[in-house]
Amino acid sequence: MTLGLHHFLFLGAILFACGIVTVLIKRHAIGILMGVELMLNAANLNLVAFDHYTGTAPHGQTFALFVIVIAAAEAAVALAIFMNFHNNFASIDVDRGSELRG
Amino acid sequence: MDVALFYALAALVVAGAIGVVTGRHIVRMAIQLLAALLGVAGLYVLLAAEFIAAAQLVIYVGGTLVLIIFGVMLTARSGTSVLRPSRAEAIVAAVAGLALLTVLCVAIGSTSFPHVIVPRPADAVAPLGGALLNQYLFPFELASLLLLAVMLGAAYLARPLQRRPR
Repeated sequence: MTLGLHHFLFLGAILFACGIVTVLIKRHAIGILMGVELMLNAANLNLVAFDHYTGTAPHGQTFALFVIVIAAAEAAVALAIFMNFHNNFASIDVDRGSELRG
Repeated sequence: MDVALFYALAALVVAGAIGVVTGRHIVRMAIQLLAALLGVAGLYVLLAAEFIAAAQLVIYVGGTLVLIIFGVMLTARSGTSVLRPSRAEAIVAAVAGLALLTVLCVAIGSTSFPHVIVPRPADAVAPLGGALLNQYLFPFELASLLLLAVMLGAAYLARPLQRRPR
């Protein structure tokens, strides 16, 4: 039995499902950010796997590199927003931020 | 050999991801996320993408995760590092996640992909650098602009709280 593209795609699916469940159930804002990171890693794993098994030019790896850069930028902005949230609500529970509810 | 290595790394990744999903304490979740990210870096090495693996280690493990730990420390004053979801929310989320996983697995299982392994040159980093500086030069420069904007924006957003009368 050799290692095929399917192995990596199934693992990416599991990782993505874990990420989306994390985003759905966590109330801690930083926990939600961790779920987003898991989903980005799942997408990245798929990109690199397709790059390895189908392509000649490293398009998939280039995309994965951009995804990593943008994930780092996203984490920085998200944590700055969470600090503001924490300053305003004295809590990191996202359920508290319901002032705009109609 | 490759298959055994894949399953070992996949077990590490899945264990870390499940730990993040079920974890209650935010610092433990961060450590489990670290395990998952390290496993993904190992899988990149297995896929002959050494540069991406190095970038994963340096940027994700060295940068993003440290940033997350800093965020945990800076927001820990309220003393609510343990937040439990309600039971109904957890059940709905689990059902949604399992449904998504089922759909994805059925879709992957019913698709036949061409099984070709293109022999890679011994130096796999050179074509990546060439692509970044030729074909993808514009997005590459745009990424640097994005990082500059993010640096300014994050520094502005996270400035010290000013006490002013409301």
